[in-house]
Amino acid sequence: MRAVGWSARRQGEVRGWIAAGWGALGVLAVLVLWELYKFIGPAEGVVVFAVQGQAGSGVMILPRTHDRAMPHVWDMVARLFAPTSGGDTPPLWVSVAGAALVTLGIAAIGWLIGVMVGAALGLVMQRWQLLEWGLLPWIVVSQIVPLIAFAPVVNAIGNQIDRGGGTWPQWLSVAVIASYLAFFPVAIGMLRGLASPDRIHLDLMRSYAAGYWPTLLRLRLPAAVPHLLPALRLAAANAVLGAVVAEVSIGMRGGIGRMLIQLAGQASSDPAAPWGPTFGSIALGLIAAGSVALIGLGLANYRRGEAA
Amino acid sequence: MTQDRSLSERGTSPAKRAAATPSALAVRAAGVSKVFATKTGDVPALSEVDLEVAAGEFVALIGPSGCGKSTLLRLIADLDQATTGTLEIFGKPAKRARADQDYGIAFQQAGLLPWRTVGANMSLPLELHGTGKAERVARVAELAELVGLTDFIDRYPDQLSGGMQQRVAIARALAARPKLLLMDEPFGALDEMTRERLQTELTRIAAETAAAVVFVTHSIPEAVFLSDRVVVMSPRPGRITDVIDIGLGEHRDEALRESPEFFDRVTAVREALHGSPVTRAGES
Repeated sequence: MRAVGWSARRQGEVRGWIAAGWGALGVLAVLVLWELYKFIGPAEGVVVFAVQGQAGSGVMILPRTHDRAMPHVWDMVARLFAPTSGGDTPPLWVSVAGAALVTLGIAAIGWLIGVMVGAALGLVMQRWQLLEWGLLPWIVVSQIVPLIAFAPVVNAIGNQIDRGGGTWPQWLSVAVIASYLAFFPVAIGMLRGLASPDRIHLDLMRSYAAGYWPTLLRLRLPAAVPHLLPALRLAAANAVLGAVVAEVSIGMRGGIGRMLIQLAGQASSDPAAPWGPTFGSIALGLIAAGSVALIGLGLANYRRGEAA
Repeated sequence: MTQDRSLSERGTSPAKRAAATPSALAVRAAGVSKVFATKTGDVPALSEVDLEVAAGEFVALIGPSGCGKSTLLRLIADLDQATTGTLEIFGKPAKRARADQDYGIAFQQAGLLPWRTVGANMSLPLELHGTGKAERVARVAELAELVGLTDFIDRYPDQLSGGMQQRVAIARALAARPKLLLMDEPFGALDEMTRERLQTELTRIAAETAAAVVFVTHSIPEAVFLSDRVVVMSPRPGRITDVIDIGLGEHRDEALRESPEFFDRVTAVREALHGSPVTRAGES
């Protein structure tokens, strides 16, 4: 028995390393493709249907490859260690890390709000079918509203509250917008998860004369865990995305979204610089999704059904 | 000793059963019908069922698919409600009996909660009824002993074979010491070897706990081996067509499976199921 368990764990370890290897290979492939295209592609790209003498006409089907449009990968990396804006300013990666932390904090708050709202919506929708019919279409529609249109509204409301005597810092608007993207997967995951127990388990709880709350605590919530974990991870990635976009659209300073826009504006003179915050936001998304995956480790027993 | 008490109860003759007071009956169904409303119209599942199960008696419900045997069990368990007729469990309405935890139930699938250990699965009904932790631990140890899973209390269901899972389900059904055990083809998904072993165990457990058992099956030998009485049902609409006293006594073991009496009862049940004249030769 022990030998079997050990070899199974060993197998899992090996599989984990293989997965990591493929992941690294994937990243490497992207870098190689980038450099390869930069090497063989035409400097001014390929434009079709261009009208003679009319600048900017036609459709570009292959992008430009000169250094201003596509800096070398090693230039991007080197730029991370150069001063942020010349002179004695700290290296770019330090500024990026600082801005990323600001955004991560806001995204985390947005994630928390989103998870609470989403979980509450999932709970009431599962409890009362009528609410599911009434709410679910609106929840789906809510995700179609473009964030760019929605963000200034939240900001305006926040400003009004702030001026009206309440306290509403700008970062709170960003967090609320992040939560707006984060609540959706949680609400859906919660609803599906709570409804996932088998008929036999529900019959069993009924045979124990267990009411709504005991059934929720001992059956529905544990059974929802495998549905909730991917939802929480998706919510984390959404919260980061929402926070970055919201920073940009309401013009909050200090976060990585704002930094991205600023450096992109200077890209013609410093083309490798915007890639710093770009890598920063990728890392941010990975960290956010990864920390949520840690929650899954603590709940491993609730995922036993998944393997079977 | 419980065994002695159950012996006398399980040996009750039909005449004595009829004379018993209503509260001595584990189950009393009178004129019970069940109609399922579907989009294409009403589907009668059970029609005018009368059934009495004495305390401590082992009764098997047997019949082809669609004869309503599982429906009848679900009505007794108050998982569905009868359309007409009266249904009493220990002299109480079924709903009340469910609230009082008068029965334990086991299904064809073990239906264990995969995130709970064997022990935690067994103690689920106790937890729900607010039994104290020390008492739960003691009871789980007893139950594990009863179904021979003492070494597996800390395992998870996915680490057990199908037969072991079903034993956990039976232990869980017995956790709150019910006087009535409802079983819906609990061994239906198991291989023949495991099935026979669990049948033998179940006769022992039923005797030790002195619980009445209503056992749904579509295996004739299983029904005969386990029961004091076999209730034969037929479909469209589901109704009771025959009741056969088995009378093979309290002690059931592997030797019984090869005995002429056993085959006599099997023949009797088979004839009753197929609708040809029933030979009463095997009955006393």
